[in-house]
Amino acid sequence: MLKLPIYLDNNATTPLDPRVLEAMMPYLTEVFGNAASRNHPFGWAAEEAVDYAREQIAGLISCDPKEIIFTSGATESDNLAIKGIFEMYAQKGNHIITTTTEHKAVLDTCKHIEKIGGKVTYLPVNSEGLISLADLEAAMTPETILVTIMYGNNETGTIQPIREIAAIAHKHGALFMTDGTQAVGKIPVDVQADGIDLMAFTAHKMYGPKGVGAMYVRRKNPRVKVTAQMDGGGHERGMRSGTLNVPGIVGLGKACELAKQEMAADAERLGAMRDRLEKALLTLEESYVNGSIERRLPHVANISFKYVEGEGLMMGVKDLAVSSGSACTSASLEPSYVLKALGLSDDLAHSSLRFGLSRFTTDEQIDYAINHVKEAVTKLREMSPLWEMFQDGIDLDKIEWAEH
Amino acid sequence: MAYSDKVIDHYSNPRNVGTLDKSKKSVGTGLVGAPECGDVMRLQIEVDEATNTITDAKFKTFGCGSAIASSSLATEWLKGKTVDEALAIDNMEIVEELALPPVKIHCSVLAEDAIKSAINDYRVKNGMPELEMAKSHH
Repeated sequence: MLKLPIYLDNNATTPLDPRVLEAMMPYLTEVFGNAASRNHPFGWAAEEAVDYAREQIAGLISCDPKEIIFTSGATESDNLAIKGIFEMYAQKGNHIITTTTEHKAVLDTCKHIEKIGGKVTYLPVNSEGLISLADLEAAMTPETILVTIMYGNNETGTIQPIREIAAIAHKHGALFMTDGTQAVGKIPVDVQADGIDLMAFTAHKMYGPKGVGAMYVRRKNPRVKVTAQMDGGGHERGMRSGTLNVPGIVGLGKACELAKQEMAADAERLGAMRDRLEKALLTLEESYVNGSIERRLPHVANISFKYVEGEGLMMGVKDLAVSSGSACTSASLEPSYVLKALGLSDDLAHSSLRFGLSRFTTDEQIDYAINHVKEAVTKLREMSPLWEMFQDGIDLDKIEWAEH
Repeated sequence: MAYSDKVIDHYSNPRNVGTLDKSKKSVGTGLVGAPECGDVMRLQIEVDEATNTITDAKFKTFGCGSAIASSSLATEWLKGKTVDEALAIDNMEIVEELALPPVKIHCSVLAEDAIKSAINDYRVKNGMPELEMAKSHH
């Protein structure tokens, strides 16, 4: 029996894998020590668990365990990396390059950097969500200290040309950071081969617990340091003070270990399921995939259904937990800035749904989702004046809409 | 956001979805909102000239659940009202009836605008002067 609603919002967060919970349990109960307590077995046990997690994480992204700094999540890692680099490398320059389609944790941090005297270049993206390497090359200056460009986009799944970007940053003597939140654990991410100097990622997007994440910081070629953004006990090589969240870290470690073992099989299965979902929904007239079809995370589909509004559509697909590029929750009605950056018109951005599949998504759930979305789109189009005009051959762009 | 039962009811079972023949003199059409704002409402009324009474009302809406419910409710209210009574419908009555949260008040404003716009269209078609469109809500 299919349980409703069906969760297809796995880019927002994933459920905890029972095997991760199992690994964490002892550290929520009997093994409760502070990993910084050096004088007794309680502390040693906690420290040992944290060190083991570091190895599990390092194994997934091909780094040295010492290069992992634990944080509360990807938002903190993004903040710490960008602000920390800006402070640490102030002597060298004050220019940072990013893109317009980053997560708010990067964009708003960059806005903050601008307020405190930094210069930030926001590179545009093409209709597939990809930056132009020539644009990046042209934006590099002697003052550029950091290029920060996300690995895979949270709304569209578009994967940026990370290796090429890293090479350009390095050629100009800048560091390369990436927000790997959606990519780590889903596709192979190798910080050595990719040329990544700093990376933010989090446990709860890969079947781990919420409230714990990590920042990868390169220690060799070059040795990268960031200025701490929180003062305190000097944990995590002085870069991030605060008592370590041992059960969370154990969970992140286990999630990474499982990802390493199962990623390839998961990606193949989810990619096939995603393609089936997408193909079926594209049989609806006037529906379009947003983002790059070739360079995309395997578990993500973002589709616009023209002439129906996203929030109304979400209400119609009440048996699915998905998200929409329409933010019709205020009078300003701002649609997704990511979709707009791809060049989508506001109405098409308002008409989008994002599907995020997980390790736990089943074929039966996808079958149900296909029928449910098709029914809802059809019903809403029958109710939509725009659909009627389209059917009548009226060019909607030529209508003078009353400003609302 | 949780929708009220009444919004869900109108969304699931919208009243009076459809199209009236806008070439008829007795039909007034209001088209308000804009696709880029995520809301477009088209509301139509058919008026009996002799009694100045609205005999039929239809809508089609592109928008969120609250926008669909606001226009559906408006068509229900319009039927049987005189044009003057229809003109007196205030968006806050829709807000109260549907228990719309503050962020959805603009949906009711749009429905009121649609009513006035449809009446205006009917008036102009029948040689009456245009209404002074109050924009005090905006």
